[in-house]
Amino acid sequence: MTAVKKIPKDDVVIEGLTGDAAIAHALKQCDVDVLAAYPITPQTIIVEDFQKFAADGEVKTKVIPVESEHSAMSACVGASAAGARVATATASAGLALMWEILYCAASMRMPIVLTIANRALSAPINIHNDHSDSYGARDSGFIQIYTQSCQEAYDTTIMAFKIAEDHDVLLPIMVCIDGFILSHNVERVEMLPDDAVADFLGIREPVQPLDPNNPITMGPLALTDYYFEFKEQQDRAIKNVPDIFKRVEAEFEKMTGRSYGMFETHKTEDADIIILTHSTAGGTAKVVADTLREQGEKVGVVRLRMFRPFPSEEIAEVVKNAKAVAVFEKCLSFGGAGNPLAMELRTALYHLAERPMVTDFVIGLGGRDVPPTTFVEGYEKTKEYLKKGEAPSYETLGVRK
Amino acid sequence: MPMIEIRWHGRGGQGGVTSAELLAKAAYLDGYKGVQAFPYFGAERRGAPVKAFTRISDEPINVRSQIYTPDIVAVLDQGLVELIDVTEGLVEDGKIIINTTLEPSDLEFERGHVFTYDGTGIALKHGLLVAGLPVVNTTMLGAFAKATGLVKLETVQDVIREKWPGKVGEKNAVGAAEAYETCSD
Repeated sequence: MTAVKKIPKDDVVIEGLTGDAAIAHALKQCDVDVLAAYPITPQTIIVEDFQKFAADGEVKTKVIPVESEHSAMSACVGASAAGARVATATASAGLALMWEILYCAASMRMPIVLTIANRALSAPINIHNDHSDSYGARDSGFIQIYTQSCQEAYDTTIMAFKIAEDHDVLLPIMVCIDGFILSHNVERVEMLPDDAVADFLGIREPVQPLDPNNPITMGPLALTDYYFEFKEQQDRAIKNVPDIFKRVEAEFEKMTGRSYGMFETHKTEDADIIILTHSTAGGTAKVVADTLREQGEKVGVVRLRMFRPFPSEEIAEVVKNAKAVAVFEKCLSFGGAGNPLAMELRTALYHLAERPMVTDFVIGLGGRDVPPTTFVEGYEKTKEYLKKGEAPSYETLGVRK
Repeated sequence: MPMIEIRWHGRGGQGGVTSAELLAKAAYLDGYKGVQAFPYFGAERRGAPVKAFTRISDEPINVRSQIYTPDIVAVLDQGLVELIDVTEGLVEDGKIIINTTLEPSDLEFERGHVFTYDGTGIALKHGLLVAGLPVVNTTMLGAFAKATGLVKLETVQDVIREKWPGKVGEKNAVGAAEAYETCSD
């Protein structure tokens, strides 16, 4: 491990950047060898900005403008197999078109960084934010981290390479920002000096790269004989993520003073009701909690960052003494036993003899705005359900019924 | 200072989104720790009414929803006043800044303190044109600095020059200064 030093304040460049632009800058500083991507709203600025860096000679990256997202991820797998540091970006239908190759990337243990500007899936066509796209890919084997601010998106993108490329992990990783709400939102972003990022990440050390002089075959065929063993190893690898994640964040914190954790807790210690949500909605939830606290309500927030692997034990530990956890999530699992986020939480709590009530509110589909009042409504409902001693398995908020 | 919320009303192609962003940049350069600027993207096309938002605060900003109770509304096109309620949700002592040849006393709103300036006239005078049409988004930033005192004119001019280096930026910076000088309530 390289010795990381605190970056002097004067070396930090402050700029007003959108979430997309912040990620493009991070990718530039991460000295990506290959970026293969197909533009799709609201991720487009990432690839546009990066193409500009390439055209202006600011990066040495081989940019491959492919004809589809399926090809984008395929090119990424190939380049990663050759030992390159690789990134791409997509959203919504683009992620859906990558589907087949997402599983290949994970199973072939390719540490690709995939930034997602979360966007609803068709139909009807909608360019705005929800989490149906990446939640759908939850079983692909990718690590998934969701971010709340442009600064966090920038920082997380840099850390993502170090986590993914660690030899105890070697898995692809999604860094998710909310489409438009963050991707097109200008904020103040503190950017690290190029050499600090270079020192922090080092050069990728591939374990077993493709080499024409020593030919090997990767990801060919394993039937009843060995396929299961591949999955067993993959399962072991993703379980290593929390330890490596914590180590990488600790190092990043030494350098920048910033770290975020697998989730953020906000006023949870004595909370009767804890709101669980993530991404930009997590920011709004914290503001709501602050206001309700001023009115004497005992409410806190867990803002999840890592959805895969899901930090079950740690979250259970934080929420177990609350009376209820109110989940706010931007995805419907049609006909499911629960919606994705609530299902994770309920499973994480199941082993407890006494567990908090879990209420589940589906919000913000297709970019429907989530104002503070939506959280207050869910909070009030949760209080009511606690009094009654029972709650519906989920309900939708902020929609015409 | 509590968080200030600003809503921008313009027409598709007028540069309202850019105004929102440039104001956020000027604000962080002037020392505000929390800034946000974000568009509302619908299925708009050139000429249709569009909205954008800016938040400014001394503290980092957590809230991520759209703005429903703005402290300030900036209207890039006087014609919009006839089409939509630009004061919707405006706080009681809020400010309304409008690009128009009219005087504030000529305009009547239910609430809000009205400021006007002739952005279109300034744009034509200084040749602030895109595809032959006057562009008023940079002059609005000058008027905004005058009406609110939240950002400095010099900072606004700096971000304009940074956005469009060379002659174009300079012309727009001059336009912003004239808007600053002529904006009145």
